[in-house]
Amino acid sequence: MSCLILAEHDNSTLHPVTAHVVAAARRIGGEIHLLVAGDGCRRVAEQAATLDGVAGVWLADAARYADQTPESVAELVAARMAPHSHGLAAATAAGKSVMPRVAALLDVAQISDLVGVESGDTFVRPIYAGSALATVRSSDAKKIITVRATAFAAAGTNSAPAPIESLAVPDAPGKSRVVSRRLNRSARPELDAARVVVSGGRGLGSAENFHALLEPLADRLGAAIGASRAAVDAGFVSNDLQVGQTGKIVAPRLYIAAGLSGAIQHVAGMKDSQVIVAINKDPEAPIFQIADYGLVADLFDAIPALTAALGRTGDGGRNP
Amino acid sequence: MKAIVAVKRVVDYNVKVRVKADGSGVDAANAKMSMNPFDEIAVEEAVRLKEAGIVSEVIAVSIGAAPCQDTLRTALAVGADRAILVETGAEIQPLGAAKLLRALCERESPRIVLTGKQAIDDDANQTGQMLAALMGWPQATFASRLAIDGDVATVEREIDGGVETVEMRLPAVVTADLRLNQPRYATLPNIMRARKKPLETVTPEALGVDVSPRLEILKVSEPPRRAAGIRVADVAELAARLRDAEGVA
Ligand SMILES: Cc1cc2nc3c(=O)[nH]c(=O)nc-3n(C[C@H](O)[C@H](O)[C@H](O)COP(=O)(O)OP(=O)(O)OC[C@H]3O[C@@H](n4cnc5c(N)ncnc54)[C@H](O)[C@@H]3O)c2cc1C
Repeated sequence: MSCLILAEHDNSTLHPVTAHVVAAARRIGGEIHLLVAGDGCRRVAEQAATLDGVAGVWLADAARYADQTPESVAELVAARMAPHSHGLAAATAAGKSVMPRVAALLDVAQISDLVGVESGDTFVRPIYAGSALATVRSSDAKKIITVRATAFAAAGTNSAPAPIESLAVPDAPGKSRVVSRRLNRSARPELDAARVVVSGGRGLGSAENFHALLEPLADRLGAAIGASRAAVDAGFVSNDLQVGQTGKIVAPRLYIAAGLSGAIQHVAGMKDSQVIVAINKDPEAPIFQIADYGLVADLFDAIPALTAALGRTGDGGRNP
Repeated sequence: MKAIVAVKRVVDYNVKVRVKADGSGVDAANAKMSMNPFDEIAVEEAVRLKEAGIVSEVIAVSIGAAPCQDTLRTALAVGADRAILVETGAEIQPLGAAKLLRALCERESPRIVLTGKQAIDDDANQTGQMLAALMGWPQATFASRLAIDGDVATVEREIDGGVETVEMRLPAVVTADLRLNQPRYATLPNIMRARKKPLETVTPEALGVDVSPRLEILKVSEPPRRAAGIRVADVAELAARLRDAEGVA
């Protein structure tokens, strides 16, 4: 057995999800190689080489991979799969776009959203918005897998980096072209890597309320901000903050859900959080069924009061 | 130009599915079935392309047992022109679905294939991308805006951390995300009219496609349940719990 992992990065920094994918690959077993495809991305390869358990890094550094379009990256991954039994990437927007193409090019199935490894050919993945877990056995010679990062603790780093080998990359025109990328830069931690997430739903009522109420609390806790689909659809926050079956999957140490009902599609994205707090004025709201601490209250009173209460003590002087 | 829209019949998103006691799957026997919500959005987009004069014919395709005809009639009622059912009682996995769609693309030569980004039953999020790869076409997944000008599609995609705009030459595959559009409801007269629209039935065998599953489902189980939590009386108690029990400084 041997694993090839497609590294996730933006040409300058290795995304932390890749360390979780390495952890999943270590559960599968065999040698692990990372593939870094990008343009001017040697630094990423150097970071990738320090991950624990990585035997080597392939670097495909060429203009045609600048935007990592799924068509070109999938072709590269499929071609590099020859010596490997398993090909993995994170179940991110990028990984989900590339890996099914790789699987189709190799004429094999893809295992989506891996959450458990039983053996080299038997895997666990969620179905029906996480209402059930399916254990599946692959009969294909090669297994193509996307990994749900929250299910595997990140691999560490070590001081003896693995060797990096550059690949000769044939030049070829791309099938699609990225015209622009609008990334929502924020000083907050990234939603899928944050230790604390403060999430709001339709109950916030407006974009103004959403920001005025949740940001001070998130500031106080050093938290990322998340949202329900209803909050995103209503334009309170941007789409990349949606948590759920069809949004981000998060598992922070603390998840505070305010003014959201706890629809199964939302819960699918946050139920593996360590501690869940629900604030909702409806005592019957389903979110209370999975909350460790439930507060039945009007959030317009409760959120500012909570921010103030947390601010008063034990904050190491951050809020005098 | 022709558009193909692939639609899947799934357990309705409002149904709380239960795992069967013997672990063989989920109990969907009497559950309400509907068109996969993302596919509804894909159909709506295709119909809008037709209304805008860009697409000349919208062909809805579904794969599965005879009741998928209902799903296709729904697509016809919101504006698809004709429908093809690939009828099979076998379990169809994404690779098999993509191969069936490839066979239909070779027959119908659409310039665009639209489908939902994922089906809410197996949550696989694969079929559109696999079809694009099999056809050697470009793809735009997670589309939140689609514009077609001549032979070029410009698509806004929902990516982690923001929005990306891609340009690709047709033919191509586009998979719909939630915010691509707001699907219309089928009106009664249109539901009546849809009954007269053509619905053709083919089989995987007739299309010459091997759809044997590559993944064997060994068991389906309940996810671990969270232990019941507590109700706190007020904000002061909540803050105290977070500080004392959970170490939130
Ligand atoms: C295909 C599909 C995919 C989906 N994917 C997702 C997904 O990824 N993520 C997601 O979140 N949803 C998703 N949904 C939508 C999901 O089904 C729900 O509609 C959505 O999560 C509801 O959002 P909400 O909880 O904010 O709104 P609501 O369900 O309307 O809940 C609002 C809550 O706020 C409370 N409230 C109102 N005012 C106050 C107040 N003053 N103080 C305290 N509480 C108050 C109410 O009691 C209520 O419980 C999906 C749906 C479909 C069909």
